[in-house]
Amino acid sequence: MTAPSNGTTGSDVMVRSEQVHKSFGLVPVLNGIDLTVRHGEVFCLVGPSGSGKSTFLRCINHLEKINAGRLYVDGQLVGYRQKGDKLYEMKEREVAFQRRDIGMVFQRFNLFPHMTALENVMEAPIQVKGERKADARARAEEMLTRVGLADRMRNYPAQLSGGQQQRVAIARALAMEPKLMLFDEPTSALDPELVGEVLDVMRGLAEEGMTMIVVTHEMGFAREVGDSLVFMDGGVVVESGHPREVLTNPRHERTQAFLSKVL
Amino acid sequence: MSDENRDEVPGPNDAGRDPGRAPHTTAAPGSLPPEAIRAVPVRHYGRWAGAVVVLALLGLLVLAFAGADIEWSVVGTYLDHETIIRGALNTLWITLLAMLLGVGLGTLLAIMRLSGNPVLSAVAYGYIWFFRGTPVLVQLFLWFNLALIFPVLDLGFWSEDMNKVMTPFMAALLGLGLNEAAYMAEISRAGIQSVDRGQTEAAQALGMSGNRTMRRIVLPQAMRVIIPPTGNEFINMLKTSSLAYAIQYNELFLAGRTISSRTLAVMEMLVVVSVWYLLLTTIFSVGQYYLERHFARGTDHTPPPTPLQRLRRQLTSFRVRPDLPTPAGGGTGDAGTDNDGGDATARRDGGKG
Ligand SMILES: Nc1ncnc2c1ncn2[C@@H]1O[C@H](COP(=O)(O)OP(=O)(O)OP(=O)(O)O)[C@@H](O)[C@H]1O
Ligand SMILES: [Mg+2]
Repeated sequence: MTAPSNGTTGSDVMVRSEQVHKSFGLVPVLNGIDLTVRHGEVFCLVGPSGSGKSTFLRCINHLEKINAGRLYVDGQLVGYRQKGDKLYEMKEREVAFQRRDIGMVFQRFNLFPHMTALENVMEAPIQVKGERKADARARAEEMLTRVGLADRMRNYPAQLSGGQQQRVAIARALAMEPKLMLFDEPTSALDPELVGEVLDVMRGLAEEGMTMIVVTHEMGFAREVGDSLVFMDGGVVVESGHPREVLTNPRHERTQAFLSKVL
Repeated sequence: MSDENRDEVPGPNDAGRDPGRAPHTTAAPGSLPPEAIRAVPVRHYGRWAGAVVVLALLGLLVLAFAGADIEWSVVGTYLDHETIIRGALNTLWITLLAMLLGVGLGTLLAIMRLSGNPVLSAVAYGYIWFFRGTPVLVQLFLWFNLALIFPVLDLGFWSEDMNKVMTPFMAALLGLGLNEAAYMAEISRAGIQSVDRGQTEAAQALGMSGNRTMRRIVLPQAMRVIIPPTGNEFINMLKTSSLAYAIQYNELFLAGRTISSRTLAVMEMLVVVSVWYLLLTTIFSVGQYYLERHFARGTDHTPPPTPLQRLRRQLTSFRVRPDLPTPAGGGTGDAGTDNDGGDATARRDGGKG
């Protein structure tokens, strides 16, 4: 990368990754990821197991620290402040503040088991944004209704099916009114007949213009809803383009080999 | 949204899977419930023999005590003697305070041990090492005799004669509470570590700070693991606090000793004291049961009914339950049998029948 951009160029850019490297100990996992996600885009990440998709997603909200490169969300450096040509690590409070605007949905839902669906969704607005309880409740009810769970609000996660739990998890992230949503294989832990209900919610979000980065093995979803698709392998971007194009006419042989296995 | 329809209208695939829809589902038409099984139950002769032997031994024990040289009337008189009651209250008081100190400090120590700060972690480790490695009785005496090495307690802005500060109560509180903190630290640590890492990540991804995540997300879930052993610690503390008699703290055991040294009714007072300890530990066992239920929420579909609820349910079901399910299927219990019965709401509905 020449001419270090400060990320502020092009206000329609939501996420910009420049030569992002990450290793766990001596094991390199990301070896220079370059990509750009635009506002309102549904950006799909696919690739074989262990290729670093989850790791990259977790770097975006600083659940993992990157070792080299630059990562910007909405023009702001993730996890660091730049003064001159020096980088300063952000304090925990500042990192937390950045994360408010980035929703994340996990493969294994990670709902808070000791709270009802409603309480799960109300928790962050009250605790993080300091919202009044009544306001938080009203919006939580609205979010849960939106994901089709109006009649399940008082249930604990253990009383919900996998698909319902994942929809609560999406509502929980949405309640913080994020500008970016990260999905890490949101349907991989679900029984096949429950996948559809979660994808429907995500499709609805995409239609409303939410910027989404989606790690998925659901090629049908990527083809229909995705605006761009990136194929990752060995911690680098192997191929990228419009989903329909990459999925039907993969140029790289590694992409071809992978797609022939999953399609 | 299309999802709403999915939930509103029970589709053919939804039936049976979704317990909330139980009333809508019906048994396959024409199929009658099978006839109830009426078989001769297995006879447990061994159980009967065992029961007879044990009852006989118990009878002998009762006989022995009836003939023992013990004044039961004295036991009766002192059971609610003012000194004994005051002793019991003091036992309760010191137990509550020492446990409070133990739980608070123990949680702090656990968080210190798990923190990334090597100094905090090492200090917590050292604390636990010392207080778990020495007998409580020795620790009680250490506190009680502190004036021997520090005659004056000087906090800079305030100083006082150590003998005035380190009363038997203070020494008992510190001795019991600080010792307890070491054990509670290990219990809390196990509880905190039992919480899935995904929980912390989910909270952080929502923008929650480390402190808040600990308080709102991790600790409440750790409680489920922490509460049962803490209840045991509490009950242990009720009994261990009797050691404080050695430093003149006027608790239950010392109260008993005081009376027996005057009246020479040694065995009688030991019985009185034992009855009180049993009473206290029993009350707290019941409390522990309800506390565990509270923190189990969300883990099982529904916690099992309390003894009270069970009793009430049995009484009502005696009234309602028909003698035998009629082959015509009078409609009783259908709600319970139609779905898999694995869900609590179904069970509850079935029970109310
Ligand atoms: N915390 C960690 N410590 C050490 N190694 C890790 C850690 N997290 C991930 N890795 C390693 O990094 C590599 C990439 O993992 P990652 O989870 O990002 O892959 P992925 O593309 O999401 O795979 P999958 O499709 O199976 O989810 C793997 O080899 C994994 O073992
Ligand atoms: Mg992954």
